[in-house]
This record gives sequence, C-alpha cells and structure tokens, in this order.
Amino acid sequence: MASELDVAYVAQLARLQLTAEETELFQKQLGDVLKYAEKLKEVNAEGVDAAAHAVPIFNVFRADEPCDWFTATEALSNASRQANNLFIVTKVVE
Amino acid sequence: MTKRDLPALSIIELRDFLRRREISPSETLQALEERINAVDPEIGAYLVHDFATAMSEAKKADVSLPLGGIPIAIKDLINVEGQQCSCASKILRGYCAPYSATVIEKLRGHGAIPFGRMNMDEFAMGSSTENSSVQVTRNPWDLSRVPGGSSGGSAAAVAADIAFGALGTDTGGSIRQPAALSGIVGFKPSYGRVSRFGLIAFASSLDQIGPLTKTVHDSALLMNAISGHDSHDSTSLNVAVPDHTRNLGRDLKGIRIGLPKEYMIEGVDPAVKSAVMAAVKQLGELGAEIIEVSLPHTDYAISVYYILATAEASANLARFDGVRYGHRAENVSSLFDHYARTRAEGFGAEVKRRIILGTYVLSSGYYDAYYLRAQKVRELIRQDFVRVFEKVEALVSPTSPSPAFKLGEKMTDPLQMYLADIFTNAANLAGICGISVPCGFVQSKNGKKLPIGLQLLGKALDEARILQIAHAYEQSTDWHKARPAIEPIAA
Repeated sequence: MASELDVAYVAQLARLQLTAEETELFQKQLGDVLKYAEKLKEVNAEGVDAAAHAVPIFNVFRADEPCDWFTATEALSNASRQANNLFIVTKVVE
Repeated sequence: MTKRDLPALSIIELRDFLRRREISPSETLQALEERINAVDPEIGAYLVHDFATAMSEAKKADVSLPLGGIPIAIKDLINVEGQQCSCASKILRGYCAPYSATVIEKLRGHGAIPFGRMNMDEFAMGSSTENSSVQVTRNPWDLSRVPGGSSGGSAAAVAADIAFGALGTDTGGSIRQPAALSGIVGFKPSYGRVSRFGLIAFASSLDQIGPLTKTVHDSALLMNAISGHDSHDSTSLNVAVPDHTRNLGRDLKGIRIGLPKEYMIEGVDPAVKSAVMAAVKQLGELGAEIIEVSLPHTDYAISVYYILATAEASANLARFDGVRYGHRAENVSSLFDHYARTRAEGFGAEVKRRIILGTYVLSSGYYDAYYLRAQKVRELIRQDFVRVFEKVEALVSPTSPSPAFKLGEKMTDPLQMYLADIFTNAANLAGICGISVPCGFVQSKNGKKLPIGLQLLGKALDEARILQIAHAYEQSTDWHKARPAIEPIAA
C-alpha cells in the first residue's frame, strides 16, 4: 500500500504547494508511517461497524430561534481584503 | 507568605488567601506578572499576555465565586474575544477572536480571569511544542529539553509557577503527555463532557479541552467550571455533571485497578517502568485491588490514531484559504495558485505532512483500505475498553514511555515522535477519561531531575472516580510538591 502514495499528486488535491525538497522528504517520512500502519491489515474487522465517533449521538437539534450574531463589520474584521462590506475573493470564473 | 512566594500557590491555596482577603486579585496578578517577566524569558511558555486587560478584570473580581479572581492560562487555540488566537501558526498570525469559547464563558462565570496565550505545537500537532511557528518552549526541569506537547506552553507555565492553572487540549495525549514531562497534573475529560465550541478544531472526534494544574484537587475545580452540555456543540453530552471534588479524600478500598499486559512493552525507559510499578504497589497499599487485564487491540492504536486524526485534520484545515481570515498569498495567478500558495506559506512542516497523509487516506481508491478500516479497528479498541471496565474501575500505565527528551532529538523522524503517544492515543479513540499525575523522577546524565507521569484511565463520564484515585495516590506521595530550580542557560 505504502508505495502507492504520490505526495506531489496528493498535494494538488489538498491545495498545498510543496517544494521539491518537501515532496521528497514527505514521500520518505509518510512512506515510513504508512508502512507502520500496514499492520492494520492483520486485524479481522469483518462485520465490525465503522466508528466515526466514540460516543455516537445522532439527530441533535436545538430550538431554531433567531439571535444576535456577528455584524458584517465583525465578520470581516479578520479578512485580509474586503470592500463594501464584502470579502474580496480571487477571480473564480475566467 | 511573601508576595514572591505567591505564584507557587495551588489554585485552592490561592482561593483561600483571596477569600480571607489576605491578598487581592490585583496583587495576585501583579505578583504573577513579575514572576512571568523574571522566568518566562528562560521558558518561553507565553506567546502573549495582556496584563492591562486582566488587571481591569481583577479589580472587578468577585472572590466569593469558586475561581474568583484566579488567572488561568489559555492554550492559543481556544478563542477569547478580543485576544489573539493563532494556534501558534503563521496562517493565523494576528487573528483576533471575535467571540469567546464556551469554556471561557464558563471560566468567567466561575470568576476566573483568562490570562495569557500559551505556546503549543502548531494546530496542536506534535508531542514536543517544537512545531510552534513562533518560539521554543523549554522544560523547566531541564532547559535543554522539551516540555512535551502539544499543550507544552500550558504545562511548562504551571510547572514553572508562572501560571496557577491552565487549559489545554488533548487529541491523542496533548494534555497528559506534557503534564507528565513537566511534572504536573493533566486531565483529559471524556469525549463530550466539555464543549468544543470556540476551540479551533484539529480532529473533531478526538479533541477535548481539559485542565493542567499543580494538584489533582485543582483539576477537579477546573473541571467543575468547564464541564457541561452546550447547545452550540452537537457532540457535547446532555448529561448531569457531578461535583468533581465529591470523591476527593475517600480511600481506595474496593476499587479495582487494571494493569494492561499489552502496556508492559519493550522500549519503556527502565526508570519510568520502575517508578510506575512502585506507584502501582502504592495504589495497592492504599487499598486498591490490582488486576492484570488485557486490551488486545493496543498494538493498533497508533496506526488508527494517525489515520483518523490526519483525515479529520485535512478536512478541518481546508477552511484556511486566506479569504475570511488568516494569511493570504500576494500576486496570485489563479484561484488554485491562491489556495496552494496561501497554505504553503501559512502552514509549517508537520501540519503539511498531516494534511498530505489525511488527504491520502480519504482519497478515492484508498478510503476503504485506510480510513474505513481504521474506523473499524477504532470500534474494536473502544470495545476492548468497554469490556475491561466491566472488571475494573480504572487502568494504570506510564503516561509516556520516556521522560522529557532533548530539544531537536525527534524532529527529523516523525514516526518516532508518533510512537511516543503509545499510552495516550487509545483513550481518545475510545472517548474515555484519563489523568497524568507525577510519580517520580529520573536522574539525567547531566544531573537534572526529570519528572515521570503515571496515567490513570477511567470509563466514559467516570471523571469523579479517576480524580478520587489520582488524588489518593498524589496525597500519599510528595512528588507533586517538588519544584524545578530554573537556571539560566549556559551561554
């Protein structure tokens, strides 16, 4: 399994630009980690439910009551670029 | 007591002085500030601390409240309105929290003053605090060693008497391990006991906020303050919260404590092993019955943990795109370039590594082999604990296989760093509670005393019992009374 990891490809999926040095280093280091994790193949997990949480709780609702929350100014207070009470994004459509 | 001795007080001792009006909250804060200024340049626990704001809170403090006027240090990933919350990451440098986490509101409701932003591994990813993008934090017992992590700033500050108590977070051991390496008490609550609202998420199914303190009693007091249901966190449990101090002082007669045979592994430092076995004997002398038990899936916990935690992290950290908050790359050529460079410039090496691993195990073609399989083995690990807690009330083990290691020692080999979490990961996977208490020292080659931590694990929501056992042990020893002599680093 481990040898199939292609760090450069996964970095594209993760929207993460890596240098050539980082790519090479992570390939080696994560290869070691995945090799170690191969021992999971030993476990007979047939018929076991996959646990997304240790404490499964479902359908948690609370009253749908309007309340005060951030103003536009507060919501924008940490944005690096903004105008007219809006976030400025990089052009999405060419 | 002189003003100079004041920062060495436990929370309980300080509370009593405040209530008797022998000292005021302002004097307390002033004394703490002076100690921070004298000692923290050696330690590097605080990223920032806003003395003026805390002083204005101290002047209004109501000392009749359970934590009235007591400053509590906060790990830099829990939001306090108006203060920085950077996760020790470049990507959140300068981020100012627009609201406060539920735990902060609860602390304030109990009269405490959130004071200081504590250093940590970036986004809580690490076991040494060396992954902070800002600064190194040094172990107060030996300044050439790490304080543990990821809550290393919180742990080192409490150990060095520059915080009376602190909040940290524990995703795979990040409260218990630094508590062990720094010689203090660290408590990880059961999953869902404490609200995560306002905590910047690393791995949402594993993260819990908890206290780091000088004594077990202090941890119980902070647990009373921060526990409870919160409608803002859908994973917080809607169950009654007991008084966490209610069992303190009770003896251990009739309590069964399990010694998991799978934890008797090679690779544990001999001094750690002998200190832990001496503690087990002590627990027996205090009336507990010691029983050997088995957790058959122990060997898989680290693999499961690093697959699930990184998968969740890769999803949680997708929000850092530079648009709504945080660092943003300049002069981008496209939207892809905007994302890829913003994140490349903002995240450190360990965070990048974990995003890559997490993205990979969730990606098409590998999801079943890694992520799904890890979730199934997680369930088997959880069932191991359910079964064993039918036979015993608690489990005992070392917190960490070794005492504090040297700065830089494990930075080049991530797998070795991950393997140091062997005793702590499983509790997060199973959602149970756990504590680390001081249980001895090992003498290092350069003659320094390095603390050793004893871990006690309890079933989900059985916090009061674990605190009872830890307290009985602590009170029968003097380990928690030892203090490091902080010496300047030789030039």
